[in-house]
Amino acid sequence: MDHGGEYAPDEKVELLGTWSSPYVFKVIWALTMKGVEYEYVEEDLRNKSGALLSLNPLHKKVPVLVYRGKPVAESDVIVEFIDEAWKDRGGGGRILPEDPYERAMARSWVIFARDVLSPPIWKWFTAPGEEEQEGAREAAVAQLLVLEEELGRKEFFAGDCVGLVDLSLGALAYVIPIYEEITGTRIVTEERLPCLSAWMGRFLSSPPAKDHLPPLEKLKLSFLGERTL
Amino acid sequence: MAGEDELKLLGTWASPWASRVKIALHLKGLSYEYVEQDLDNKSELLLSSNPVHKKVPVLIHNGKAICESLVILEYIDEAFGAIGPSFLPADPYERTIARFWAAYIDNKLAIPWAQAFKANTEEEKAEGLKQTLAAAEMLEGVLKECSKGKLFFGGDNVGYMDIALGGLITWLQETEELCGAKFFDTAKTPLLFEWMERFSGLDAAKVSLQDGGRLVEFAKGGGLR
Repeated sequence: MDHGGEYAPDEKVELLGTWSSPYVFKVIWALTMKGVEYEYVEEDLRNKSGALLSLNPLHKKVPVLVYRGKPVAESDVIVEFIDEAWKDRGGGGRILPEDPYERAMARSWVIFARDVLSPPIWKWFTAPGEEEQEGAREAAVAQLLVLEEELGRKEFFAGDCVGLVDLSLGALAYVIPIYEEITGTRIVTEERLPCLSAWMGRFLSSPPAKDHLPPLEKLKLSFLGERTL
Repeated sequence: MAGEDELKLLGTWASPWASRVKIALHLKGLSYEYVEQDLDNKSELLLSSNPVHKKVPVLIHNGKAICESLVILEYIDEAFGAIGPSFLPADPYERTIARFWAAYIDNKLAIPWAQAFKANTEEEKAEGLKQTLAAAEMLEGVLKECSKGKLFFGGDNVGYMDIALGGLITWLQETEELCGAKFFDTAKTPLLFEWMERFSGLDAAKVSLQDGGRLVEFAKGGGLR
């Protein structure tokens, strides 16, 4: 393993992913922010490639980033790697802040998004009956209100530019509207969550997400399929 | 860092997650005030420091609160980078390995183990045990790889992975009876067993790990449920 020095910009980077995974998009956005060229390999999770199985033998999941033949798995680990390996690259700036306390806060919000916010959102979307759906919806809104307060008047969670927390929450900006369409209920309204509502639109129309989004119609169809299971 | 650093750790004596933080602070040679929390009667300080999760451990550094044991470990490593040993390696790729396995320890070892000793059915217990013992075997292999014949996952010195697993040692040992299986088994995972003995012998571990006798009684009494 080479030590010290910046990773050379022309070293080959590969990303194994699937078109529908929000975790894959988080990595794509991170690579885009750093201006890192990569080769994208679409995986069929029902028929995993030999490459995926050998690169991520433990979890057999995407995304997997491959750099100089070495795999990095788990999207949160990959994003931190991208930030550190290409430290001074890209007009997109640092993904994590410099200050240790701010870094800890960003990492805590990532855990919040994953462990506290996502479960009720999923529950709301998949709830079998109206009562359960309403209960889950209110639980999700309660956590979204916590985010609303954290965001406040900032453009992005990281401040003026997109950062780690924005990348971690980013998929919600396109998933929530689809869930709302499918369930016929709203979870993020301008009245109750004005800052978050504005952030969603802003995130989708700004770099890095702007030119890197999954095909939304196709995604909606796949969600419809998931809900009737 | 310039000036006086005020460090306060909110924890519970039984918590292996709090042990992780104590170990890290000790390795860095940092003094701190430990404040025992009563989770059945949460203090104002805990509620205001960790309003979202209301859990321990919480590290308060000069009035700023940091939660989640692994986040705290990285914080200590970064905020006190100039003091004592570094927990994470300098190389970005090697850092991914340490972080990946620390997450594995939390998700594939600690969670299923807790499931095993809290289990209400034999089935749940068996499932939890199966996953945990598979994790032990996996970590045996990782130790061989990462340590490259040296003493710790971090090499010559204790690193992030060592602390992540080390904090759990007493908790894993004292709940063996409840689980009906040994996590550290010298026959099945000899390297891991040696590592455990070596880690337990460190000063940082001796002052940070829980009182085994007290923990086993507490666990049997359902205190860890």
